[in-house]
Amino acid sequence: MREDTRTFVFAGVTCLVVSLLLSVTASVLKPAQQANEAFDVKRNIVKAFGIDISSMDRPGIEATFEKHVAEDKAGDLPIFTWTDEGADKASKYAFPISGKGLWSMLYGYLSLEADLETIAGISFYKHGETPGLGAEIEKPWFLNQFTGKKLYEAGTAVDFLVVKPGTPLTDTSVDGISGATLTGKGVQILIQKDAAAYAEYFKSIKGN
Amino acid sequence: MASAAKKLLMDPFSDNNPVTIQVLGICSALAVTVKVDTAIVMTLALTSVVTLSNVVISMMRNIIPPGIRMIVEMAVIASLVIIADQLLRAFLFDISKQLSVFVGLIITNCIVMGRAEAFALQNPPKDSLLDGLGNGLGYGIVLIAVAAIRELLGFGTLLNFKIMPENFMGNGLVLLAPGAFIILGLLIWAQRTVSKYVEE
Repeated sequence: MREDTRTFVFAGVTCLVVSLLLSVTASVLKPAQQANEAFDVKRNIVKAFGIDISSMDRPGIEATFEKHVAEDKAGDLPIFTWTDEGADKASKYAFPISGKGLWSMLYGYLSLEADLETIAGISFYKHGETPGLGAEIEKPWFLNQFTGKKLYEAGTAVDFLVVKPGTPLTDTSVDGISGATLTGKGVQILIQKDAAAYAEYFKSIKGN
Repeated sequence: MASAAKKLLMDPFSDNNPVTIQVLGICSALAVTVKVDTAIVMTLALTSVVTLSNVVISMMRNIIPPGIRMIVEMAVIASLVIIADQLLRAFLFDISKQLSVFVGLIITNCIVMGRAEAFALQNPPKDSLLDGLGNGLGYGIVLIAVAAIRELLGFGTLLNFKIMPENFMGNGLVLLAPGAFIILGLLIWAQRTVSKYVEE
């Protein structure tokens, strides 16, 4: 009996010490972690607007975001606008995109030029695809292909395609990644889905 | 340094390496070795966890009730891993994103539990500290070696510095798990040849 009591007391004390330690750590580090996550989102929005951030440091990206980017609502959906220096009207629009890749959910942003049809840039900031294959979706060679392609025509979303490398490209398709066909398919599906979701909004602000 | 202490610290680097001789911790040795910087951070994370868990468990070794010995060990290890993960998220966010689940999976790394069971329970804290440090770094040295080969052949870089000529085409195979298996296998072969270790 004495041995049992000792076991329970030991287990209780261990739990108490461990839980105290963990909750203190978690609450002390929380602000820094949240700041990191918020910054990661900002960085990717700036990237999606077609800005080259490879040589920018963290304060530089924060400043760019503060200066040019504003958050707005497209009905229930979030939308981000980019305003050039000195301009009084937004010149680019970005919205979040997300969907299934091969192994994981892909999250990113896609931006449109002022004509509300042409893609200005795209970025992915969260995914769990295979390094070297599906993970190429975050590489410049893949992302840069989207710039200048058409996402909408006459107010409706086009059937945007990610095709097998070697297929002749149109202004509504990009090359996929060799060895990552399914990740490419995922990108294609999520772009079509989210483009359709925002079609109404872009139609409504067009001409204003 | 006394020779016994030196042996504790240095043996896991070669003749008793946890990866190439004992074949432990293979999962993360395959997963986080695409680039050298992630391998280094993973090494630091695992080394601090295994060292601290060895010290803590060694200090408790005479008062842990035998019936809940392993559960207590797991609680200690799991807490240390969570703290390491939280610290990475707060201070090395980009690298913690690349390491993703593998920091959390240090909990299941056999090296940590193995050293606690095989060493810390029988030895005083000072020796356990050296043993933990040696095993963590011994694991890390293999991790970094694999990562260096993969990054060099796959991306043509080392620690993100361009090493290979401009027209170098990265080899996709070494970036995938099979490539890591092959490289790790070759390292195990080399290590065992040098150490003259034969599986019983």
